[in-house]
Amino acid sequence: MMRSDPRALQLNEQGQLKHFLTLDGLSKEILTEILDRAESFLSMGEQSVKKVPLLRGKTVVNLFFENSTRTRTTFELAAKRLSADVINLNIATSATSKGESLLDTLQNLEAMQSDMFVVRHQDSGAPHFIAEHCSPNVAIINAGDGRHAHPTQAMLDMLTIRRHKGQFEGLKVAIVGDILHSRVARSELHALKTLGVEDIRLVGPKTLVPEFFRDMGANICHDLKAGLEDVDVVVMLRLQKERMAGALLPSESEFYRLYGLTEESLSWAKPDAIVMHPGPINRGVEISSEVADGDRAVILDQVTNGIAVRMAVMSMAMSGQVQEQQAVGDEG
Amino acid sequence: MKLRISNGRVIDPSQNLDAVIDLFIEDHRIVAMGEAPAGFDDAEVLDVSGKWILPGLVDTAVALREPGYSQKGTIASEGRAAVSGGVTTLVCPPNTKPIVDTPAVAALIQDKADEAGMANVFPIGALTQGLQGEQLSNMVALTDAGCVALSNHGHDLASNRVLSRALEYAATHDLLVVFHPNDSSLSEGGCAHEGMMSTMHGLAGIPETAETIALMRDLLLVEKTGVRAHFARLSCAKSVEMIADAKASGLDVTCDVALHNLLLTDEVLKEFDGQFHVLPPLRSENDRLTLIEGLKTGVINAICSDHQPHEKMAKVAPFAATDPGMANVEVLLPLALRLMDEGDLELDQLLTALTVGPAACFGLEAGSLAVGSFADFVVFDSTDKWIWDQSTRKSKGSNSGFNGEQMAGRVLQTYISGQRVYSLN
Amino acid sequence: MTLDLDKALASMKQQLAQYCQQHHIDNPIVVGIHSGGVWVANEILDAVPTDEELATLDITFYRDDFTRAGLNPKVGHTQLPALEDRHVILVDDVLMSGRTIRAAMNEIFDFGRPASITLAILFDLNSRELPIRADVVGEQLSLKSNQRVKLSGPTPLAVSVIETH
Repeated sequence: MMRSDPRALQLNEQGQLKHFLTLDGLSKEILTEILDRAESFLSMGEQSVKKVPLLRGKTVVNLFFENSTRTRTTFELAAKRLSADVINLNIATSATSKGESLLDTLQNLEAMQSDMFVVRHQDSGAPHFIAEHCSPNVAIINAGDGRHAHPTQAMLDMLTIRRHKGQFEGLKVAIVGDILHSRVARSELHALKTLGVEDIRLVGPKTLVPEFFRDMGANICHDLKAGLEDVDVVVMLRLQKERMAGALLPSESEFYRLYGLTEESLSWAKPDAIVMHPGPINRGVEISSEVADGDRAVILDQVTNGIAVRMAVMSMAMSGQVQEQQAVGDEG
Repeated sequence: MKLRISNGRVIDPSQNLDAVIDLFIEDHRIVAMGEAPAGFDDAEVLDVSGKWILPGLVDTAVALREPGYSQKGTIASEGRAAVSGGVTTLVCPPNTKPIVDTPAVAALIQDKADEAGMANVFPIGALTQGLQGEQLSNMVALTDAGCVALSNHGHDLASNRVLSRALEYAATHDLLVVFHPNDSSLSEGGCAHEGMMSTMHGLAGIPETAETIALMRDLLLVEKTGVRAHFARLSCAKSVEMIADAKASGLDVTCDVALHNLLLTDEVLKEFDGQFHVLPPLRSENDRLTLIEGLKTGVINAICSDHQPHEKMAKVAPFAATDPGMANVEVLLPLALRLMDEGDLELDQLLTALTVGPAACFGLEAGSLAVGSFADFVVFDSTDKWIWDQSTRKSKGSNSGFNGEQMAGRVLQTYISGQRVYSLN
Repeated sequence: MTLDLDKALASMKQQLAQYCQQHHIDNPIVVGIHSGGVWVANEILDAVPTDEELATLDITFYRDDFTRAGLNPKVGHTQLPALEDRHVILVDDVLMSGRTIRAAMNEIFDFGRPASITLAILFDLNSRELPIRADVVGEQLSLKSNQRVKLSGPTPLAVSVIETH
């Protein structure tokens, strides 16, 4: 039967990652291992040769059904620093409006004997679908699917938090803006909960912060001041221009007035609170230039950490694949 | 030809009957029960000891896909699937290609069904031409050609004014209109029940209000125009309340629910499996329980399979990109019986909603084993446990959320008008 | 069989001091390989004429058996100072095939070009698969094919021989 829980699908029999599809259901141990491994890659920054031979001979395909040069570039750099060969494929959405051609695309790529697909897709659950329909020894890394998950972005944010705050227990974290359409927010919510953050606040108007998130363990604030009061970490999300056309908001200026992060609103948070943003920033829409360029913003750290986290996840998933194939080989 | 069905447990809610009793069939009809009438000494005897004899099931929603979508199903393939599931009478929707908006298409479907010799097929005609929602169809001509009702099959009408006029016109001729309550401006782009599960999994939601706002409007227009109305595929708890209120205020309406909405909830979304992509969507546990309650109280008149076969590729895609619908007609009975096992429904309530209930909604002479009725019946082995998989599947479509599951109970034989149209072995 | 850890360590320290003197190695960087090598390096650090802190090397990403075994489950950290033209003393607990040392040297060279690398090993099992030989050896062992040396630590540092099946 073609039915499997994505949470089970991404682990091998030893409980190690073999795909990386969602943070939902991953244990604290695995999340911590990702962070620890990422830290060990960060120290590579001091090397004169910024490259390790770990994935030498492996082929990584960046399979982007949705354009995102930034994300694709960080995955590409991460793969290259692991010495993998990288192919970038940007597939126009029109060509794959039906599953038929998505499956055809996959079969073509498998014939090229790829070892890993990094998938960005506009449909929630697409990487899960690909993991189910791919040959079993290809590792699938989710680089963002629909509104569902963006697990590497969430983990780089966790690494950024841990490097600044030391640990997760007792932290208060606010995520502000368009939660409804945000795969980053959903993945962060899973990661923060698993890592021990109890006070997670989702801040925005009702049109962008559905009540249902309360059932997922978040506190919902429609008022920015209540949302930012005494927090250690502020995550600002990018506001897409389409939201105004969808009648979810009246205007950018009204959003900025109510939910924009300024020097003043940031003063409601703890004095040592850090400000994160997955980028690219809309200055004057969700965040003021002063805050974005200020010393509380750790947005550039996020970019650096992103490469290390992606290296960690890629090497772990490849390792899980290798060990599973080894186990199968031993049985045969 | 004379036939004696001997020693079966005959369960017929239309007569409040549940007894081991013999049935006597002559010239397509049931002519007696219990004691043999004169002239039956030399009749053929079918001994069905230990088996159930049920009225042939009546399914208000089986898409045959013909004409136009033979890659999904044909009248012959889906008719065979229906009778293998014990369905002897079915109502099929107008969304074929061409659409059932001319008498010729309605006649074609019925001719092909007669030729196939499977279930009795009753098409629903389009309420507006091409289901476009602008010009009224030739409703009376369609009815004369065998359409049992008219429906716009969930497609919007150009305006409430057009809808109101269509209903007035149908009411003029005492025609039955089938509604699929859905406010498309609220459901547009959605593929799952708007709730915690769709929110968490990032699937665009269809709010309850998409159904209830449309239902409220439709009920008001039914009241105003006096048209006979049937509401198809209710999915929300609130809708059950609204229908109950309408019925209590004396409105002549009936309604049905798809079996999968009684068995499943949006909990299944966690698997991202497109087999569970159906419209209206699988909703919350509260909605599911309220729908079951509606069956118990009689607010909901019928359970249908909402059979929608698809070609394989229609479901091989990420959830939102799959075509909605399941093809379950051939396991309608064993799946429906699960509602009993869970202690939810009594057998007679369940069978009412599968036989005489739906027959009454569409005014069909079916779903009963009373003396004088057509001899449409099912021989059912309630003890057989079997796996429903590709090797046992009859429908051309293999799309279902129940693939590979064990089924309890199995149709052994199906008779229509005294003729055997299906036998397991 | 039992192993005398203290004796092996004492022997290493004495040889190291002598080796540094003979080869004019002044203020070298002592690098322990995760995990056992770091523990051993800690024990022998005071025998080496250096002011540098102990450096550590995690060779996980340089191993040649990734496609067979995957990642090492323990996550260690590489912490190396600038080592261009510096003398390096590379310390590990056990020398078996020599593959770990090959990986460690590759990693060291990705950080810069050292003046020299000296290999100091606690136990040499004499089962080389690569032309890599230690300069300093605490003790030479001859084990049966099913025997392995297992070091546990860091405190207390202990060693035992285990039999595999």
